Amino acid sequence: MSAGAVSGLTELMQRYEAVIGLEVHGQLLTESKMFCGCSADYIGSPPNSNTCPVCLGMPGVLPVMNRKAIEYTVRTALALNCEIPEHSKFDRKNYFYPDLPKGYQISQYDMPMSEHGWLSFPVDGEEVRCGITRVHLEEDTGTLQHAGDILQQARSSVVDLNRAGVPLMEIVGEPDLRTPEQAREYLVRLRQILVYIGVNDGNLEQGSFRCDANISLRHRGSAELGVKVEIKNMNSFRAVQRALEYEIVRQGRLLDQGQAIAQETRGWVEAKGATISQRSKEYAHDYRYFPEPDLPPLQLTADFVERVRAGLPELPQQLVDRLQRDHGLSTYDAAVISAEIEDARAFEALVGAGVAAKSAANWLMGDVARLARETRLPLQRSGLGITGLAALIGLAERGRINGPTAKALLEELYVQGGDPVAVVEARGLGQVSDEAELSGIVDRVIADNPAAVSDFQGGKEQALQRLVGGVMKATRGRADARLVNQLLRERLSR
Amino acid sequence: MTPPTASELAGLLRSGATTPQDLAARARADLERISDLNAVLRYTDSLAERQAERAARTLAEVPERAGPLCGIPFAYKDVLCVEGVETTAGSRILQGHRPPYTGTALRRLLDAGAVPVAVTNCDEFAMGSSNENSAFGPVGNPWDPGRVPGGSSGGSAAVVAAGAVPYSLGTDTGGSIRQPASLCGVTGFKPTYGRVSRYGLIAFASSLDQIGPFARSVADVAGVFSAIAGWDAMDSTSSPTPVEPVEDQLGRGIEGMRLGVPHEYVAEGLEPGVRAAIETAFSELERLGATLEEVSLPTTEAGLSTYYIIAPAECSANLARMDGVRFGLHIDRPSLTDTYLETRGNGFGPEVKRRIMLGTYALSSGYYDAYYRKAQKVRTLIADEFDRAFATVDALVCPTSPLVAFARGAKSDPLSMYLCDVLTLPVNLAGLPGISVPCGFSEGLPVGLQVIGPRFQDGVVLRVAHAYERATSWHAEQPPVPPVASGAGS
Amino acid sequence: MTLSRDQVAHVAMLARLGLTEEEMELYREQLDAILAHVDRLQQVDTSQVVETAQIGGLLNAWRDDERRPCLSVEAALANAPKRRGNHFEVGAIQE
Ligand SMILES: [Mg+2]
Ligand SMILES: [Zn+2]
Repeated sequence: MSAGAVSGLTELMQRYEAVIGLEVHGQLLTESKMFCGCSADYIGSPPNSNTCPVCLGMPGVLPVMNRKAIEYTVRTALALNCEIPEHSKFDRKNYFYPDLPKGYQISQYDMPMSEHGWLSFPVDGEEVRCGITRVHLEEDTGTLQHAGDILQQARSSVVDLNRAGVPLMEIVGEPDLRTPEQAREYLVRLRQILVYIGVNDGNLEQGSFRCDANISLRHRGSAELGVKVEIKNMNSFRAVQRALEYEIVRQGRLLDQGQAIAQETRGWVEAKGATISQRSKEYAHDYRYFPEPDLPPLQLTADFVERVRAGLPELPQQLVDRLQRDHGLSTYDAAVISAEIEDARAFEALVGAGVAAKSAANWLMGDVARLARETRLPLQRSGLGITGLAALIGLAERGRINGPTAKALLEELYVQGGDPVAVVEARGLGQVSDEAELSGIVDRVIADNPAAVSDFQGGKEQALQRLVGGVMKATRGRADARLVNQLLRERLSR
Repeated sequence: MTPPTASELAGLLRSGATTPQDLAARARADLERISDLNAVLRYTDSLAERQAERAARTLAEVPERAGPLCGIPFAYKDVLCVEGVETTAGSRILQGHRPPYTGTALRRLLDAGAVPVAVTNCDEFAMGSSNENSAFGPVGNPWDPGRVPGGSSGGSAAVVAAGAVPYSLGTDTGGSIRQPASLCGVTGFKPTYGRVSRYGLIAFASSLDQIGPFARSVADVAGVFSAIAGWDAMDSTSSPTPVEPVEDQLGRGIEGMRLGVPHEYVAEGLEPGVRAAIETAFSELERLGATLEEVSLPTTEAGLSTYYIIAPAECSANLARMDGVRFGLHIDRPSLTDTYLETRGNGFGPEVKRRIMLGTYALSSGYYDAYYRKAQKVRTLIADEFDRAFATVDALVCPTSPLVAFARGAKSDPLSMYLCDVLTLPVNLAGLPGISVPCGFSEGLPVGLQVIGPRFQDGVVLRVAHAYERATSWHAEQPPVPPVASGAGS
Repeated sequence: MTLSRDQVAHVAMLARLGLTEEEMELYREQLDAILAHVDRLQQVDTSQVVETAQIGGLLNAWRDDERRPCLSVEAALANAPKRRGNHFEVGAIQE
């Protein structure tokens, strides 16, 4: 169980099996919106400044579909092993809400752009395969801010339509997941794929990648499904896992007490660490879907699909395989390096710059990863950058500087930047590995430390380190440690 | 004497006998003289002034670039959006609404130097056949102000019939151009679906709506059509097929053409006077060298039902945006739901609410298959029957309306009103081009002859209408009341 | 079939139309009459027929992914009946 595991979870999960299905909405990284020429990148623009008559739903306007959004959806569907039917169409989903300007959302109902896919991934060593029901295309809504909640004044809400009409892909997963970890891993893998193929930026906090979950419980061994509860408002992987764990315990306890589960939508409240019912005053939903008369249907020919397939970028698993095959990385290293596409790109750039694959991996997974976390700066955008790091590793590899110096320089230059070679020159940080120069220093240190010498000759191995330390001190840490050890032993064994 | 047509006015402008400003001023005066008809909702004075000046400059400086509509005044239906000009679709819910953009058909006319002088009254959201459903009062028929002008583009038909403007724009979803043209004794043309961009047309039923012109001559109708037709990047349903030069079709006569008479359209339900006028028109067409043969469109009887499921279903969604949030009427209530209910309950008139109810019901869960899906299938049958007919005939001829202009308030129950469109709405279901030309009188009221053609054969429809117009003088008949000073040059 | 008053009320709520009791009853009768007429559709044999949603026969009417200028904030909000700052304002959303 994860850190956030709720007490009793393990015990309940021995008796109850969770049936979990996830529904993901991902904004597409197009230039323009789905049906108009406004920018699909609305983050940070002033309220209602990214709108036009079409996305404002003014009387008399008409939608015109964005071809790139169609291609990105097909690209995604192919990456998720979906079939692309030759004929698909858009439909109107009718409901009233202030963030939905037209009073209907243009979506896809009975003829989506893709169906019958799957995503497979390992969880604690065993392969989990989750079916993908469909990947379809629709338009995002605007955003609402609720004002006046704080004081008990009359509540009112304000509407910003900058986001209205942004291309939104809906990825509906089959209820094939059985544990919160599986659900979390499914999302991690799905997000990774969308980012790798360049259709989505995978930002859960800003909501460009959103997830709703359906979960029901049933007694282990039983085949029929329990009552389904929908969970919303989870904006991190951890939140998804915690919300599902919470629901398993909540529903499990109700079932233990012989109580019925209400079919409802519940919202995850991070602060409370709980889901709460969103029983809406809305009358029973009836979306009255019907074919969008303003948009001719789609006919995606085999040619079209194959052209999209040909342009499909490398998928995470393909990269993992390649990192092992071509660069001899271990399965573990390959997985860590490829988790975030930025790391994968950095790795390939370092190798391209002549750094040995193994040490490129070690540096990235070690100190660089730590610094990137601490400074919130990925290597690419750090002061040091790929070339700087490549040069730094180069110095260390060729023995121009020793390990400690290299680490110190990384710390110093990561944010502020600078050319490691120049810095080493300027400060004379180059490693001292000239035997003649070191011999003199070694003799002096032996002469100055008779006690340590006799301890060592008396059989105290660790006494040697006191002498090594002395030499290091004398060379301001630049001495070649291996050579110093060797020289000391030679002299003291005489 | 009859008021001049647009082409005649174009000649006067070129000869320098008059100016765009003068024509606009006369049109304005004539429209005010018929203000009792309530055909005009508002005047577009500043826009008219700008356009007239611009046209005058073009005519003076680069006459070769002045098209046939340059400097000619016109009026347009209150469902067509022009930036900054109040556009209400004849509804209280859009009172004061000023669109932030100009629709494509109007854009093209403005670019051609045309001079819009007024916005015409119409049934609310283009729903009606008598113009009695306007939130701003009914429109009178120039031939008898006590009678309806037809609908929904009644105002656009009336101002042309009264001779105040040479042409106007209307929209036709189930007959809303052809039926009022018939009842007012003018020519009204509904182009092939997809031929004229719907961008800027406040939608009633998206898969049926089409913009088209009213005029007092087929040549004018063809000229306006040419100016507004053609593919538009803003309307995905506009056709990329190049527009044929329809003017070439005019004057070719109908010698040897095969015209079909749909037996179901003349079988029963026609007023005797209408039947008489139509039969005379048929023999006239034969005299002109066409052969008339009876064809059958058996599913016609189901057309009305099909239309009154599909159109309301689409309108129930199209009118959902009238929610009082971004524009239009807003009746404030503490809760959002109550604000919606109050705003829409009070903002829409009875007929619009009736159709939204009908369409919402037809789409609601449990009824979709029985109504909406079924109607979509019958629509296919209706379209196929037309196609089959056009395999043997070049065009179809029939009455536009089974009856002449009726007295205001005569049709109180919805169904009897809906029946006014039985002869026009199948054409919209099949997306065909259709025109109504004056073909006589019954009880002193105009009767219209409808010509229907295959999809994208708008030219054929205009050709038949033009041949008939040239052989007859019905289009030149003027309504007795109200008297309107003819246009320029008098 | 005849519509019940509750069905009419449900449809009116779906369509967000605030109707008076009189309107409710009027529409119940009128929709009944219209639907009775419309039921003639059921006599048409459509067993071998596909639906027509659009008559245009067009396919893949798409555009290139290019940005076009937006409206100014003032133009976007110019028709707003209720405005707060540069937002549209609506009443309390009770959920
Ligand atoms: Mg969705
Ligand atoms: Zn826009």
